[in-house]
Formats: sequence, structure tokens, C-alpha cells
Amino acid sequence: MSAYLKLDHIDKSFSRGAQTTEVLRDVNLVIENGEYVSIIGHSGCGKSTLLNLIAGLSTVTNGGVLLEDREVNSPGPERAVVFQNHSLLPWLTVYENVALAVNKVFSGKKTRAERHAWIMHNLELVQMAHASDKRPSEISGGMKQRVGIARALAMQPKILLLDEPFGALDALTRAHLQDSIMQIHAQLGNTMIMITHDVDEAVLLSDRIVMMTNGPAATIGEVLPVRLPRPRKRLELVTDRAYIAAREAVLKFLYERHRLVEAA
Amino acid sequence: MSMTALDGDSDKKAAKPGAAVISFSPRPRSMFDSFVARLAPNARRVALNVVPPLVTFLILLLIWQLAFGRAGSTLPPPSKVWSEARDLITDPFFVAGPQDIGLGWRVLTSLQRVAEGFGLAAIVGVLTGALIGQSVWAMRGLDPIFQVLRTVPPLAWLPIALAAFRDSQPSAIFVIFITSIWPIIINTAVGIRNIPQDYRNVARVLQLNQVEFFFKIMAPSAAPYIFTGLRIGVGLSWLAIVAAEMLTGGVGIGFFIWDAWNSSRLSDIVVALAYIGVVGFLLDKIVAGFGGLVTRGASPT
Ligand SMILES: Nc1ncnc2c1ncn2[C@@H]1O[C@H](COP(=O)(O)OP(=O)(O)OP(=O)(O)O)[C@@H](O)[C@H]1O
Ligand SMILES: [Mg+2]
Repeated sequence: MSAYLKLDHIDKSFSRGAQTTEVLRDVNLVIENGEYVSIIGHSGCGKSTLLNLIAGLSTVTNGGVLLEDREVNSPGPERAVVFQNHSLLPWLTVYENVALAVNKVFSGKKTRAERHAWIMHNLELVQMAHASDKRPSEISGGMKQRVGIARALAMQPKILLLDEPFGALDALTRAHLQDSIMQIHAQLGNTMIMITHDVDEAVLLSDRIVMMTNGPAATIGEVLPVRLPRPRKRLELVTDRAYIAAREAVLKFLYERHRLVEAA
Repeated sequence: MSMTALDGDSDKKAAKPGAAVISFSPRPRSMFDSFVARLAPNARRVALNVVPPLVTFLILLLIWQLAFGRAGSTLPPPSKVWSEARDLITDPFFVAGPQDIGLGWRVLTSLQRVAEGFGLAAIVGVLTGALIGQSVWAMRGLDPIFQVLRTVPPLAWLPIALAAFRDSQPSAIFVIFITSIWPIIINTAVGIRNIPQDYRNVARVLQLNQVEFFFKIMAPSAAPYIFTGLRIGVGLSWLAIVAAEMLTGGVGIGFFIWDAWNSSRLSDIVVALAYIGVVGFLLDKIVAGFGGLVTRGASPT
């Protein structure tokens, strides 16, 4: 297996004036094409920072992010981001939000009709075609998150980056969207990197779980492969040995070995 | 309900082949009922919005009448205003001579000056604000200066304008421009600064260029701020025009007041004040309504 995405000795620190905070130190990771990787860790350890580096929204202090052996240092549509708080533009309808991305990315490559069909196709993928004329303020949180996913998928990215995509949702909606994401992943085979706080979510969705140590100067503490056959069914997994073992491993990492020490 | 039953009965008696009539009679009635039902809440709403101000207005008129109705009072009571300036109140658009025209015409002349001065301020203000909002340093450097200039009263600019333009017409327009531009610049700049980082990130992932960014992200995102600035600006323009016209002359409503004062036509002044108030109110509502239309749904949720 060749390295599709490579995080090579990444350090990241923020400086404001004379003060420098080291957030990430020596992060190394190789991700294969089509892999589903979750990043889990306590709040504030630097997960979003790491994702932003991969997205190119901020730049590394040392080291490099390599996508297909080429260095990444600015954002681009081949690394689409599903933002933590959906980030839909409120003055555009659901359709127009996706269209903004599609018209930009496929301006020279698809005809008008093809682009329309592609927009609708992606909205159907997340079951949001029926609300295409609604504005973000008129749809629920879960629906907004789905549109955010449709917008990212519509860019036909090499890598889909998801920053706690279901964090703000209730358990039922969350489960529903997790199923959709699994389906989409099975259907399209994209590479996906997802930040999450939720151990069950990480185990259910991922091929590998990347567990981060606490900051400052956080790094990858452990990488857990999840060897569960796909398609995965959440009800059957509840009693599955491998599932329970994986879940336990992550919980132990988070709450025994790297317990969050409250800075008092 | 009982009414319907009763009418149905009388229909039956009146028309012999009754069955057909009865089957028809409820329909128009129910349509009428639903029409009334639909009308009723609207009528109620109108009544709720119109009646209280109307009553208040009448009470104020009454107090005014009582306060100044005595012989020898310094200001005219409503009855005197009505008898002396009835033509101005009832017909805004009469033309009786070169200097004897309805207040509607005068307001229109003033509005045209406002349109020129304020229109220019809107364009220059939004563009300047957009440039300044982009740069932290421009913001830091210019904001204090704007905050100072903003407080200069409109009329204080007039001598400078007269000296520069040597003509009253452009001077009046300049005074409006310079009075109304500051809130437009400041609010636009703040609106640009406040574009959420999320929207900027979306733009960066999509690799939008400068022009696309301006039209697709910046303008819609800052629109609520821009319209706040425009609304303040149009109010200031209207304040400035009356003051400026008092000094520069011409046909506007401001000069009319000055002229009426010089010939002691106090009733005319009272009527002109009412015109100015109503027009200022409408201007504010128009800009606010337009802003509401443009920024529909633009507020983040
Ligand atoms: N632009 C920045 N400037 C300075 N410090 C920053 C900046 N961005 C993040 N940090 C710091 O980096 C650390 C990690 O932040 P990050 O947002 O990556 O955490 P996270 O793991 O995503 O947390 P959460 O799970 O709560 O989203 C925090 O201590 C934060 O204060
Ligand atoms: Mg985060």
C-alpha cells in the first residue's frame, strides 16, 4: 500500500507577540486511499488544528503534509471540509450553497445541465433534495449538517475532512447521519478523516482510530485498527467481541492513560 | 348558525322547487363567512395600529388648541394653522406662481438634492468602508479620524463648502455627502471585519478569487451592517438638507421655512415641519424596508 496522505514530522505552534504555544509536536501518520480514519482526543488537544493543517487552512511550523507525494500548503477543493458548525451561507438556499461549490469546481468541466444534475445528485445522496429551495435558517441542525456534507461531497474531493460533523446533534439524528456517511463511504470509497469525541462513533465508522495525547505539544499516542467487516450494523455490533474490545481500548486510552487533567 | 338555519327555511318557503335552492344557499353564505373571517383579523390589526396613534394625535391637537387658543398667544393654535395654511395642507402640488408652489414640490426639490448627495455618499462610503475593513492597519489608523469627523455638525461644513465651490447648489449637496458618509463607511468596515472566519474558510477551500469573494461572501455577509449605515446616513442627510437650504436658498423645503420666518408666516412653518417629519419617517422606512428585502435570511442562525 502506498502512502496516499502523509503527515511527516509535523510541529505546529501559534505565536502571539513574544508568547508561543506549542500545540502539536512530531505528528506522523500515513493514510491509505479510501481509508476511514477517526481522530479522537480530549477537548483542546489540537484535533481541529491538525485537520486545518491537512485542509491547508493553516500552515505547519515544521514538517509537511503530503498528498500523493505533493506538499500541501494552501486549501483546495480536493480536500473538502465539513465544518464543525456546518458553515452554510445563510443568504443562499440549500441548492445555491451546493451550487456555489459545484459551479466553482466544475466551471470548465461540466455543462450547465450536468452541473444541475450533479447538485441534485449530491442533495439526493444526503436525502435533502426535497428542501433544495429552503434557506439554512428554515431547516433543522441535522439537515444543515447533511447539506454541509453534500456541499463537500459535490466537490468530488480526494479527501473528505470532517470536524466533529455530528457533534451538535441529538443521538437519533446522529445515528441516522452515521448510517448515511457509512453508505456514502461504501458507495464512493473516498478517503475520510473525521474528528470525533464519541468513542462509539469512532469504532463504528473507522478503519483506524488515531488517539491523541493531551496538549500542550500533543501528538499521536496510539493508532488502533478496527477490524470489523463492512457493512457494519450498529445493533449487531453491540454484542460483537471485536467491537467491544476496540471500544474498551479507546476508552482505556482516554480515561486511564491520558486522562484530562483539569488546568485549575 | 341559527341564522343560517332560519334563512334556509325561508328560502324553502319562497321557492317552490325548494330542494335545489336549499342545496345552493349554504354555499355563498359559507364563502361570505370565510371572507369575513379572513377580513376580521386584518381589520383588527389595522384598527390596532391606526386607532391608538390617531387618538393620541387628536388629543395632542386638543391640548395644543387649549394651550395656544387664547388671543395674543405667541404660537398659532391648530385652528389658526388650518385657516391660514389650508392650501398648503390640502394640496401639496399646486402651482400659483414662481415662488408660490405647493410644499410637495419643495419637498421633491430637497429630495433630489438628498438623492444626489446621499447616493454619492452611499457609493463612496461602501467602497471606502470595504477597503478599510480589509486591513487592520487602515482600520486602526482611520477609525479615530472618522469618529472625530462624524461628530462635526452639518452646518459647520457649509462655509468650507461655499468657499470651495463658490456656489450654493453643489455646496448643499456636499454638506449632505459629508454628513452622511461617515456612518456608512464605519458600518461597512465593521461589517467586513465581522465576516465570520467560517465563511472565509469556505471561500478559501473553494479557492474563490477576489471578485467572487466580494460578490458571493463579502457583500451579502456585510449587508446588514451596510444597511444600518445607510439608514443612519439617510436620516442625517435629511437633517442636513433642511439646515443647509435655510442658508443657501432656492426652492427647497428648508428655504421655505426660512422665508416663512422672515415674513412671519408661522402657520406655514408648522405645516412645513409636519411635511419634513413625515418625509423623514418615510425615507427611513424605505431604506429599512429595502435593506430587509436585500438581507432577507442573511442573518446567521
Ligand atoms: N489560532 C490560534 N492561536 C493560538 N492558539 C490556538 C489557535 N488555534 C488553536 N489554538 C490552541 O491550540 C489548542 C488546540 O486547539 P484545537 O482547536 O485544535 O483543539 P481541539 O482538539 O479541536 O478541541 P475541541 O475538541 O474542543 O474542538 C488549544 O489549546 C487552543 O487554545
Ligand atoms: Mg475542534
